[in-house]
Amino acid sequence: MPPRPLPQLEQINAEIFTLTYGSIVRQLIADFEDLDEVNKQLDQMGYNIGVRLVDEFLAKSKMGRCSSFREAAEVVGRQAFPMFLNVAANVTNWNTDGTECSLILADNPLADFVELPEEYKGELRYSGLLCGVIRGALEMVNMDVDARFVQDMLRGDEVYEIRLRLKEHRAEAFPFKDDD
Amino acid sequence: MLGAGARPNRHAVNIVERPIPKTRAEVSTVAFSAYAYLFSELISYAMDRAASITELEERLDKVGYEVGTRMMELLSYREKTVRRKPEVLDVLKFIHSTAWPFLFGKPANDLQQANAADDEYMISDHDLLVGRYISVPRSYATFVPGSIVAGIVRGMLDAAGFPAHRGGGGGGGGAPQKSTTILVKFEAAVMARQAALENARRG
Repeated sequence: MPPRPLPQLEQINAEIFTLTYGSIVRQLIADFEDLDEVNKQLDQMGYNIGVRLVDEFLAKSKMGRCSSFREAAEVVGRQAFPMFLNVAANVTNWNTDGTECSLILADNPLADFVELPEEYKGELRYSGLLCGVIRGALEMVNMDVDARFVQDMLRGDEVYEIRLRLKEHRAEAFPFKDDD
Repeated sequence: MLGAGARPNRHAVNIVERPIPKTRAEVSTVAFSAYAYLFSELISYAMDRAASITELEERLDKVGYEVGTRMMELLSYREKTVRRKPEVLDVLKFIHSTAWPFLFGKPANDLQQANAADDEYMISDHDLLVGRYISVPRSYATFVPGSIVAGIVRGMLDAAGFPAHRGGGGGGGGAPQKSTTILVKFEAAVMARQAALENARRG
């Protein structure tokens, strides 16, 4: 499907975005001593954002329904990421089933000025919010996915890689039964 | 497309040696709605943890403070002539006319000295960008989304050497008047230093 020209959303300075996110992560770390909890909170916040973000995305991009997970992943990487974060994500590493793929990001505005201290490098998923956003957004279009960071530049890898795994593609369930 | 000669791995270099975009034009942007979502999640989270409206505002203020200190450093680095700002009015004008457009795309609407005290100043913005999609329910009537911006201002002042705190309320205004006013109250040491400067200039 040829990519449609992306609508240009109103822009805001990326640095205030980066710094605000960093400040939020810092607050979370101060509130919950346990990094695992912080990861969960970030994922939850991302999920909440995702369920609303998908509405805006569909409205602004005027996309039709995606027929498959493969198509959905392409849309996330090629249209949604550039639309909201002005970065492109490549979709690669499909498994044979077509149920798992990787989103590769060379650039991540959430983590621009960030350096993780040693004690956090192991556990903290700094950009975990993004995984939550993807999960929330796709759940609203009936695809249950599991999104995890497998490569993270903040821990020394070359790129950011999110592994997306489709758990279930639910059929569109009409909320009302006809015979009620 | 990721090629062999793609963007160099920024994180491979020590963080303080990484290049920062030097001019305004090079700074990248993100969609405003991305920021709006992030901000609204922050408010949700803070609302959950806070026991009162004051605590909620304090949490936002703290988040803004961290942003402000770093923002000040970034902005000072980008200025054409790097000069310290010794005077209270200088730093306030910087915030009003340089920082605000950088953060929000337009200069702040108003900078005034409060009548009551000479260590209080007010910066007003008639349409605060970050608060645009935040609606405040009646039960939180005194809550001001601008608290985060007040924190940013406080952080910037602190980083510039002018410790201050919020005096009084942030003032959201009623329905027709949507402006946000940030009240800045400088600490006594700052005012003493200001007075000494003025004396030195006069004498």
